[in-house]
Order: sequence, then structure tokens, then C-alpha cells
Amino acid sequence: MKRFKTLLIAAAAFAAFSSVAMADIVFGTDAAPYPPFTSQNAAGEWEGWEYEAMLGVCAEMNEKCTMVPIAWDGIIPALLEKKFDGIFGSMAMNDKRKLQINFSEMYYDSTTVVIGPKGGEKNFTPETFNGKTIGIQAGTSNANYVEKYYVPTGAIVKAYKGQDEVNADLLAGRIDFIVADAVALKPFLDSSEGACCDVLGAVPMDVAILGNGVGVGLRKEDTALLEKINAAIKAFANKGGFEALSKKYKLEGLMLTAAKG
Amino acid sequence: MRWEWLPKYLPNLMFGLGITLQILVISVVVGFLLAIPVGLSQVNGSRFSKTIAGGFCSYIRGTPLLTQIWLLYYGIGSLFPLIPGMRENYMWLIRLDAYWYVLLAFTLSFAGYEAEIMRGAFLSVPKGELEAARAFGMNSGKVLRRVWLPSAVLKVLPTLAGEVIGQLKSTPLIFTVPVMDMMSVTSKIRQDTYLTYEPLLFLAAIYLILTFFITRLFAYFESYIPVRR
Amino acid sequence: MYAVAFTWELLSLGPKGYGDELLWGALRTLQISVFGYACGFALGLLGAIGKLSGGPLLRGVLNFYTTVFRAVPELILILLLFYAGTDSFNGLLVTLGYEPINVNGLVAAVLVLGFVQGAYSTEVLRAAIQAVPTGQVEAAKAFGMSRTGAFRRIIMPAMLPNAVPGLANLWLNITKDSALISVVGFTELALATRQAAGVSKQYLLLYLIMQALYLTISLSSIKLFGRLERNLRRGQPDLA
Repeated sequence: MKRFKTLLIAAAAFAAFSSVAMADIVFGTDAAPYPPFTSQNAAGEWEGWEYEAMLGVCAEMNEKCTMVPIAWDGIIPALLEKKFDGIFGSMAMNDKRKLQINFSEMYYDSTTVVIGPKGGEKNFTPETFNGKTIGIQAGTSNANYVEKYYVPTGAIVKAYKGQDEVNADLLAGRIDFIVADAVALKPFLDSSEGACCDVLGAVPMDVAILGNGVGVGLRKEDTALLEKINAAIKAFANKGGFEALSKKYKLEGLMLTAAKG
Repeated sequence: MRWEWLPKYLPNLMFGLGITLQILVISVVVGFLLAIPVGLSQVNGSRFSKTIAGGFCSYIRGTPLLTQIWLLYYGIGSLFPLIPGMRENYMWLIRLDAYWYVLLAFTLSFAGYEAEIMRGAFLSVPKGELEAARAFGMNSGKVLRRVWLPSAVLKVLPTLAGEVIGQLKSTPLIFTVPVMDMMSVTSKIRQDTYLTYEPLLFLAAIYLILTFFITRLFAYFESYIPVRR
Repeated sequence: MYAVAFTWELLSLGPKGYGDELLWGALRTLQISVFGYACGFALGLLGAIGKLSGGPLLRGVLNFYTTVFRAVPELILILLLFYAGTDSFNGLLVTLGYEPINVNGLVAAVLVLGFVQGAYSTEVLRAAIQAVPTGQVEAAKAFGMSRTGAFRRIIMPAMLPNAVPGLANLWLNITKDSALISVVGFTELALATRQAAGVSKQYLLLYLIMQALYLTISLSSIKLFGRLERNLRRGQPDLA
């Protein structure tokens, strides 16, 4: 009987530990920091443009939402395996992903750029990268772009688990270029250590790979949730919610947000 | 189950297998050679060298290899560019591929685990054997070379197969830094195809086969080593 | 340059420092290790009993489990189980007529670590049970004890001291293997540090502190298990 009691106490202790207040909707996002969109600050809380956008959209739906970190390279399988309800993580809506999951309306769009040493070649062509090392975050549309356009002309690719590690290695001089999102690189370039480097320019567009903006990723069967989120994005945009956030994070002019009306 | 991706990615997987095996073999050989002095100085060294060697073993065995790889590549590696003159004169050191960092991390790890076993082996050689060698007029260097080391190494060999398999099972960790090992290729396949299980199952099968071959290889070698009972 | 601009504030416990995040991560590491270890121990006990007294089919299944799970790298198993495990768990619930539950990261991490650990525990406990002198088991039978009674009152206390060194090793392994969970995005010590380092750019300093925390866990565990073994071996003849 005593042993049974200990077992009960252990089970209760475990339940107490694990029973995190389950929100109505759980969104997955990159576990590696992705400022200024999603990152966890020194107080252990989520912050960033995208996290606040999620809160805004959820307020429109009258739902309580939480954000959970998940490794980016497995985020779509994790969604399909029902680890969470949707992806709110700057996921570009490209053709390959559209075969796997549904996307909401676009809530923001920005450009893919090449970042290199200050004073680097601004009029780059694929041949510019011959023999040069380009750093990318694994599993991103930018990575697919580099593979299609720059690897055939002799670029060497290094794939990292998080954008912060790509930035750190550009700074360290281990790679020559980064191909990444213009907004995601802004905090890095604005910081004192980012003084080494500059945006050399946007890459030529390829919608099939880079996608037409960023949307919330959902499972194909969850059509009701899709409609609900679309309506909420529209409502939040009409309030000027996205624009206010861009102003708050000083990203105006760098990104396009969901249109009003 | 879908397997149509396999022919397309097989060359990449074989390349990754090559990297994985290179890191395994080099780290085991160099790590074993390092383990001998580290193990010996824990048994027979000065107090200073005992502390250093013991601390090294505790550190290697007490922290996850994953974090050791991160510390070497992102932690220590990021220091190089900050040293004045480094960018001008030692660019090759800055540009050193992650492969070398991983190789170093795996070598040190194997050395740490093996040195602890070596220490035990050195201690387990009967005192009488060493005394007999000294009685024959051998100096301490000769005792070590001709008696102590050979019999300690003989004692360690049977455990080596298990240690090498343990090291093999750590090799997927390479993929946490930018090196194209087998695990990285598998992870790439998963991103390209969105398949959750098939690429991982294939990789698991390769590791099972490698484990089998290593076991057989060591069994074969062991049959050639004379054992005195 | 950034590595020079270091202040102690970075490590403080308040909202401006990462000290509390790292300690909280260490707590999570201990938590998934403890529960994963308990799961593994329970699985191992069942597995060992099954291997020693089960039928050929059960023994075959268990042999497959222990052989394959100990030969495939832990990282691959963790990835496979993390995605497959919870899905099939929910599938089982649905077949049994229950609602699928939302398995949160913590439960998934514990189940995954426990399942991998179970294969190793099975082998350690099987060897420890086999090392119990048969005379003691026979004596228990001669006293008319039932099989479960003999197991609980004779075999368990007699085999535990044999199992402690192996079990101690498994505990040290699980505290280190728990770092692999970071690869799927579960925030424990390794991932919490990685996130802090990514934001603050203090990779070297934070990784060193993370390792110091892991080392503290390992070294104090070794001490505790040493004491536990001495305690359990009371009244037993000295083997050495």
C-alpha cells in the first residue's frame, strides 16, 4: 500500500510538472532565435514582430494562443504529426511547401538579399559566387534558392541549424556571403558587430522557390481554422495592427504587410 | 513507405558515409594514442599531471559531446578573428572547415573515455611483473615499454570494440555544425522530401550494418591476439 | 568587438540576465532525465523479467528491442520516436475509443528518452538478476513463497546492489543524452543556452557555463551513487 502511495505521488508530481496550461491554439516556430520576428529574451519570454502579430491575430479570433519552439528542419513534419496546430514562423509560401500544407493569406512579405563584406560587388551574378562560401539556414526557401542558382556556378554551401549561427560565422570570417531575408538580417547589420558587412542587393525573384510572402502554415484538413485565421488576419490588418508593429520594430519600408480592405 | 528518393540521394549518402567513417577512424586511432599518456599520467605522474589528466577525463565524460562540439566550433572558433593580426596572417586558421573542429572534438572525446579505461588497465597489471622487470635491471623507461604498456594495452583490447561502437553511435552529432556527414545528408533529404521516417530508417539500417561489421572486425582481430591465462 | 563587451549582468538572475534561463534549463534537463530514467527502469524491469521467464515470442521481441535500440545511435532513435512515437500513441488512444491527447513536449521527451533507456536497463537488470545465487531463490521457493513474493522479497533486494554500477552509468548517460532532445526543439539546458548565446552572441562564455552545469550534475551523481551502493551492500559479504 505504501508503495502504491509513492507511485501515486510520483504520478501527481509528474502531472504537476507537465500540466502546462494548454492554450486553445498552439503555434510552432523556429527554436533558434530569429530576431526581429521571434526570439526568447533574457527574461525567458517570447518577443518580436511575429510573436506580437500572432497575439494580435489571436485576439481577433478571441482565442488564447501560445508559441512553442521546434527545430526548423523538422517543423513541417511536426505540424503534420499534430505536435501543434499551425506554423507562425516566417514561413515563405513556396510551391514545394504548398504541396504539403495549406497557407493562410499573406501577412508579410520581404526580399531575399545577399549580404557580404562592405564594399563587395553590388552587381553580382551567379558567377560572382564561384569558389566562394555561402552560408544559409538549413530548410529555408533561401537555401533552396542558393542550391538552384549559385551551386551550379561553383558556390560552396554551408548549411546551419539557425540564422544566428550563420550570422556569427559571417562575422567570424568563416563564410563569404549570406543569402537570407532582408528583415531578419537587419538587427545583425544594425549592431556594432554587423559593421563589417552590408546588404549587396536583392536576388532576382523566383516565386516558385521564394514564395509569395509569408503565411500561417496549417494542415490541409484544417479548413475551418484556415478560414478563421484568414478573417482574423484581415481584421488585424484593417486595424493597422501589422503596420503599427512594423513601426514599433523600425521595419517600415523593409517589409510589406497584409493590405487593408 | 516511399523510397523513390533513394537513387537520387545515394551518391550524397555515400559521400556522407565517407566523412562519417573518416572522422570515426581518425578519432579512434589518434584518440587511443592520446589515451595512453593521459591514462599513464593519472597513475604514475606528478601531482600536477595527475590533476590535469584526471580533470580532462572528468570533463570529457561529464559533459555531453554535443556541447563539446558546440563549444569548440562556435565558442572557441569564434575567438580567432578577435586576436589582432589573425585576419591578416592566419586566415587559414579562421577559414578552417568545421570538419577539423568535429575531428578534434571526437578525438578528445575518445581519448577521455579510453584514458579512463587505460588508467584501470595500468593499475591492474600485477605489481610482481613490474618488480620482476626491475630486478632484471631494466630502467623505468624500459619497464614501461617492454612490460607495463604491452600488458596494459592487451587488457584494454577486448573493451575496444564496445568503445568504437559507442563512438560510431555519436557520429550523427556531426550534423549540428556545417559538415556534410551521413546525418546531414539525411536531414537534407527530410527537408527536400518532407518524409519523416523513411530517410531516418534508412540511416538507422546503415548504422546497424556498420555496428555489425565493426563487431566482426574486432572479433577477427581478437582471434589473432595471443591470450595468456 | 563583442566578445570583449562582457558584463556580469548577462549572467544575472533577473529579466536582463540569462542566469535564470540557464538554471531553469538545467532543472528541465534533470526533470526529463529523472522521469525518463524512471520510465526506462520500469521498462527494463519488465523487459528483464520477460527475457528470463517469458515465452519464445516475447523473448524474440525483447531481444529485437534491446539489440536494435542499443545499436542505433540515440540521436536517430530520438528523432524517429519524437515524430512517430506520439503519433502512434494517439493512434492507439483512438483505436481504444479515446480522444487523442495533445502530447506536450515534456511528455514526448520523457517517453522518448525512457524508451531508449529501457533497452539498456533491460540488459543491466537481466544480468543483475542472473547474478543472484540460485540457492537463495530455491530457498525462497522451499519456504513456500509465491513467484511474485520471491521476486519482491528475495530477488529484488539481492540484485539491486549488483545493478547499481550499471544503473549509475545509465543515469550518467541519460543526463548527457537528454541534450540530444534539443535537436528536435525541446528547451532544456543545451537549447536554452544555445538560444541565449544566439541572442547575446556570447557563445564561448555561455557554453562554458552550460558545461559547468552538466559537470556539476555528473559529479554530484557519481558521489550519490557511490553512497547508495555502499548503503545497499550493507550486510553483504565483501566481494573485492
